[in-house]
Amino acid sequence: MASHPEDTAQKSGLSLEEKATIRSICREVEDDPARMMDILLRVQDRFRCISAPAMDVIAEATGLSRIAVEGVASFYAFFSSEPKGRVTIRLCDDIIDRFSGLASVTAAFENALSITVGETTPDGAFSLEYTPCIGLCDQAPAAMVNDLVVTNLTAERVHEIVAALKAGAPPEEVLVDRYAERTPYQRAKEMVSNNIRHAGPVLLGPVPEDAGLEAAVETGPAQIIRTLETSGLRGCGGAGFPTGRKWRAAAATEADRRFVICNADEGEPGTFKDRVLLTERPHLVFEGMTIAARAIGAKEGIIYLRGEYVYLRDLLEEVLADRRNRGLLGPAIMGVDGFDFDIRLQLGAGAYICGEEGALISSCEGLPGEPKTRPPFPVTRGYLGCPTVVNNVETLCHAARILGTGAQWFAGMGTKDSPGTKLFSVSGDCLNPGIYELPYGVSIRDLLEMVGAEDAAAVLVGGPSGTMIARDTFDRRLAFDDLATGGAVVVFNGDRNILEIVEYYMSFFVHESCGYCTPCRVGNVFLQKAIGKFRKGLANPSDIAYLRDLSDTIIETSRCGLGMTSPNPILSTLENFPLVYSAVAKPSADRTRATFDIQSAIENARQLAKRRSHIYDRDFTK
Amino acid sequence: MSDFSFMIDGVEIPACEGQTILEAADAAGIYIPRLCDHEGLRHQGSCRVCTVKANGRSVAACTQPAAPDILVENENAHINKLRRDLVEMLFHEGNHLCPICEASGNCELQAMAYRLDMTEPTQFPYLEPCRALDASHPDIALDTNRCISCGRCIRASQDVDGKGVFGYVGRGIHRRVSVNGDTLADTDAEVTDFAISSEVCPVGCIIRKREGFTTPIGEREFDKALIGHDIEEKRDD
Ligand SMILES: Cc1cc2nc3c(=O)[nH]c(=O)nc-3n(C[C@H](O)[C@H](O)[C@H](O)COP(=O)(O)O)c2cc1C
Ligand code: SF4
Ligand code: SF4
Ligand code: SF4
Ligand code: FES
Ligand code: FES
Repeated sequence: MASHPEDTAQKSGLSLEEKATIRSICREVEDDPARMMDILLRVQDRFRCISAPAMDVIAEATGLSRIAVEGVASFYAFFSSEPKGRVTIRLCDDIIDRFSGLASVTAAFENALSITVGETTPDGAFSLEYTPCIGLCDQAPAAMVNDLVVTNLTAERVHEIVAALKAGAPPEEVLVDRYAERTPYQRAKEMVSNNIRHAGPVLLGPVPEDAGLEAAVETGPAQIIRTLETSGLRGCGGAGFPTGRKWRAAAATEADRRFVICNADEGEPGTFKDRVLLTERPHLVFEGMTIAARAIGAKEGIIYLRGEYVYLRDLLEEVLADRRNRGLLGPAIMGVDGFDFDIRLQLGAGAYICGEEGALISSCEGLPGEPKTRPPFPVTRGYLGCPTVVNNVETLCHAARILGTGAQWFAGMGTKDSPGTKLFSVSGDCLNPGIYELPYGVSIRDLLEMVGAEDAAAVLVGGPSGTMIARDTFDRRLAFDDLATGGAVVVFNGDRNILEIVEYYMSFFVHESCGYCTPCRVGNVFLQKAIGKFRKGLANPSDIAYLRDLSDTIIETSRCGLGMTSPNPILSTLENFPLVYSAVAKPSADRTRATFDIQSAIENARQLAKRRSHIYDRDFTK
Repeated sequence: MSDFSFMIDGVEIPACEGQTILEAADAAGIYIPRLCDHEGLRHQGSCRVCTVKANGRSVAACTQPAAPDILVENENAHINKLRRDLVEMLFHEGNHLCPICEASGNCELQAMAYRLDMTEPTQFPYLEPCRALDASHPDIALDTNRCISCGRCIRASQDVDGKGVFGYVGRGIHRRVSVNGDTLADTDAEVTDFAISSEVCPVGCIIRKREGFTTPIGEREFDKALIGHDIEEKRDD
């Protein structure tokens, strides 16, 4: 193929000036390969892509091979090798958005921009993409526009936005009224509603400033850990590990350096409670991290913020700066000699798996977001090989409140196994979607009444990696010994197609599998294809056994929590909505093996031969 | 010298601190099937073919530390079924045509399929990916149609050759092995690299040019004995 001169110019590389820009981006982080995420984020921002020549420059500056840089750049959804539009629009295509008018919003964008999803306009002005849940489920359909977000989209609103952008207005001005005059907090509130529907006593009610940190400074590390253990606090990121025990293990490991990481990756579809805490209680989050640092003897902390929440970056940086100014971060915190601790914000770039603590640590280290082999666990060998506590945003807020108000007070709420309150993010078919802070142990039925969802037919608790339950079990309770959840509660009414929901969630797991291990990388694709057969009415009764069987293999052999839970949408609906499957599974008419779809298998041959099949096309006539 | 012992399928296995279940089993002459793990290379724990149950919990034997008195199940119908599913997934993920493949008979994937009794067509769909052959290098060809993403070439090049010729790119089902440059010819790969040697790639991806079919089919390693025979022969009972 003959190549155009411009192509060759592009291939041969970058201008001297561009190279210098990339080199200075690397120098800003001291050419540290562990800061690869920051380098790539900035290069992507600046050039709208990370090209092969750019990777060469980055590799040289950081002392890595190009393939190592490419491995990272090609892992994250927000990095691209081809140039993206100066305005990149990422529409959330979660099932909630599909049920709230995504199709017409997509059509409006496609019309207004004259491109389809996945394309960039020829002038390089706009790109349009789909992305999984961006944590705005209670105000769907929602989208990211560069580093900002927009909610409650309608076709009319899309046309207004695109018209303004095309007229040359920057996204900031289009999406936020008087952007320049506003504080980061005001900007966030302008774009996103918090929808706090029920404030409980721990997190969303009145919170005294830094009372927990004061208590922690007074009592010292050993007592902090004892207080947390007495409170019975369990991790709010999903797994429910006792927080006191985690901190004790990290404190007990011999090491020169220890780390505290706040997990603000909040990627489980249907979960958005951390977003609200980061907006409304950022001081409490950092207070909790500082207390954890005091307890385990960490000097350095990281808050890992998912790329989808980049609109909160300025707000969080401002709060961090304020805390440094007031001596609540930095050297000698609250005047205590030797109590030094600071926090850096690490932004992600579109990868659900980075919520898994090992993958999160990998990402902070500048690697692809792949989980780490366990053991060792992060508390013994985490970030850069040092003991590391990773806690969810909400867990850290609870910890700060417990230190300030008391373990007994906290343990007196909720249930014996699941003490305290929990934030539930409720979305889907209900009148009042939003955040509810309620004691553990509340029943689904009571929650549904509060949110105005009396006609609910199915409730997904804990997101796709959780459990889908049916009306006959709405008496079940939200607690670790019954329905465990990181906070997501997604409501579906009787008009929704369960198989459509399941198919979407399987496509989510296929998209988000890191690909490291065989069962999750390959098995989930097979599950997705099998559900597709049910959706098309091509499934056999034996396909039901196939689904169960394959799911069991994936669960039993996967390397991390993603693969161990990814078949849950299928397994929990097979269990709780069996008729949905049996109704569409028919014995095969064409005597082929179950799971084999003869019609699509011969489609290619039909087209090549330009005729229909004697055997498989009943209506075949010469 | 051993520090402690544990049991695999009723046999007592001596082990040392720091050994994995798989290493201890190897030394005792018990074969645990594996594809991504290779003696002398870092453990990766990605193929999951070495899955065993340790005290009832499934773990990857190649990364799980041996521990005193654990009860390990290695060979039973259930575990063989899990392993067969995984091996089938690896076949279906790529493009494998054994009868025309240079690796046939020396191929660990094929041999594992035989060992696990994978003798009939499977129920999984074929993914039929489209992957280009890289024949740019004068002495080496790379055909990733048969790649099982074991990463052995990556670790061998990095840790043994000190080079970094190979690496993973992409994520999920699109994750694949690629090279440090636009093509293999752009890299510093040499046919004498350990990563390129017949020992490293378990299948037929890394092909040394001009030495194909020097050993006739029928006389190759796994034509003569099941995969794992070398380890099982060590067993002294
Ligand atoms: C696939 C996957 C995704 C996860 N995503 C998150 C997340 O977004 N936020 C979170 O806090 N924990 C997430 N977790 C759980 C973390 O691995 C870890 O258990 C948690 O951050 C520990 O904090 P906690 O004890 O305070 O809950 C995820 C786990 C898995 C397996
Ligand atoms: S289970 Fe999935 S996400 Fe986890 S390591 Fe394996 S491929 Fe990656
Ligand atoms: S690599 Fe192995 S399994 Fe694949 S075609 Fe060749 S011999 Fe067969
Ligand atoms: S090329 Fe061979 S050695 Fe390398 S990952 Fe693929 S199968 Fe493994
Ligand atoms: S933002 Fe669309 S579902 Fe969460
Ligand atoms: S040999 Fe253990 S996971 Fe591959």
